[in-house]
Amino acid sequence: MTTATRDGVLLEGLRRLGAVVIFLVQLLMQCVPALARPRLIVYQIYNAGARSLIIIMLSGLFVGMVLGLQGYDLLQRFGSVEALGIAAALGLLKELAPVITALLFAGRAGTALTSEIGLMRATDQLTAMEIMAVNPLRYVAAPRFLGGVIAMPLLTAIFSIVGLYGAQLIGVQLMGVDRGVFWSQMQGAVGLHNIYEGVMKSVVFGVACSLIAVHEGYHAEPTAAGVGMATTRTVVASSVLTLLLDYVLTAAFL
Amino acid sequence: MTSPAPTPAAAATAEAVVEVRDVHYAVGGRPIFAGLDLTVRRGRITAIMGPSGTGKTTLLRLITAQIRASRGQVRVFGQDLATLGGRGIYALRQRMGMLFQNGALLTDLDVFENVAFPVREHTDLPEALVRTLVLTKLQAVGLRGAAELMPGELSGGMARRVALARAIVMDPEVLIYDEPFVGLDPISLGVIQRLIKHMNAALGITSIVVSHDVQELATIADDSYLLSGGRIAAAGTPAQLRASDSPAVRQFMTGSPDGPVEFHYPAPDYAAQLLAAEEP
Repeated sequence: MTTATRDGVLLEGLRRLGAVVIFLVQLLMQCVPALARPRLIVYQIYNAGARSLIIIMLSGLFVGMVLGLQGYDLLQRFGSVEALGIAAALGLLKELAPVITALLFAGRAGTALTSEIGLMRATDQLTAMEIMAVNPLRYVAAPRFLGGVIAMPLLTAIFSIVGLYGAQLIGVQLMGVDRGVFWSQMQGAVGLHNIYEGVMKSVVFGVACSLIAVHEGYHAEPTAAGVGMATTRTVVASSVLTLLLDYVLTAAFL
Repeated sequence: MTSPAPTPAAAATAEAVVEVRDVHYAVGGRPIFAGLDLTVRRGRITAIMGPSGTGKTTLLRLITAQIRASRGQVRVFGQDLATLGGRGIYALRQRMGMLFQNGALLTDLDVFENVAFPVREHTDLPEALVRTLVLTKLQAVGLRGAAELMPGELSGGMARRVALARAIVMDPEVLIYDEPFVGLDPISLGVIQRLIKHMNAALGITSIVVSHDVQELATIADDSYLLSGGRIAAAGTPAQLRASDSPAVRQFMTGSPDGPVEFHYPAPDYAAQLLAAEEP
């Protein structure tokens, strides 16, 4: 890559980052007036959250079961299978639940948000609002953004609970780890700060994934191909940013 | 800077609601307007005609301040759009209504809520009054019985009538129609035509109709402008335009496939291109 090309790519990257930051500021400014319409926000929490419940619960169950199986296999080599509850809880609360929920959210709710807003752009619905002197950021983007931000920690909590049940199912019911030891070890070792770390991560991921989904939809090219590309960009950008932010937050909490 | 706008004589005394003066606008280096002048006068139906791609919809976007002219002046209700900020533009738009080509109804709201949308957003009227207002407007477009349908359940003509009810619900001074006749069956077309005329006569709304349907416009328009080559090629009543001896005007009004607007898009020599394709 030549220097000129590299500079061009860098400048384009900075330009896009700047555009997203400006969009975020505009969006946050519209979030306060959008709170005056709680019905719209509640509907979006239902849309992004409740409609993602099945995929989140199923994934949580299977991830917890795998964690129980792998954890038991590893811990029994050192004769410490009683620590299975701790391993599953810390793994789920601090890492797996926030990250996997965010990735699933990007794939299910994020793509739905992007394509819905993109199609509203393509069918002139956003322009019609502007002509009616209604700011589409306030009516369309802000409630969806807030809905995503609120739904993500709730989904993460549900993922964690179902995941712990899955780990218990394998560890206790299948592998024979003592039920009392499983839960009491977990209760003794997992502190509020571990839960706080998971909640913080899920809130940050919620902001990142919802922002990307709404931004990509709002600025999608108003064609079928344009909306399709925007949807793809939502999944790719949300996934990469989630993993990047996860590293940054993990390092910050250590 | 400005040159006199071609103003239809019949309307010369009415107040100008929209004035476009020496407007230049280009997209990606391709000029769309190069010195455009026109005037829309209060209480009249002004038709803006022209072949596809001449910038009719772009002109509407200029008038509604969705885009800004690179040179020249657009004045609406006497206000220069270039001097208005976001709030000023929104205040101006509350005095306008626009009917989009595809209706642009909000797909997550039913017909009633679509029409009620601007009222709920801009006023604190009690629910009973909102209901009365919406039903009155739906009655005016003949769709009171469709109030509970979703946009997906409407035909193209019905969707446009609902959009018209929504456009007039705030009693705008100016109503803008973007290609209102495209894709309609003869009955729906006749209904829309009659509604445009009726809204203008009954409510005193100034109407701007952008279309390339010459016959439909001729029956309802008071004034007409023909766009061509980024300028106004002709202005006057529909009858005056039909009587014009300008080749560009005649080609458009009679629908000739060839003329100043050529049938063939610019291309290399036909025979040379075919022969080149046959070479191994």
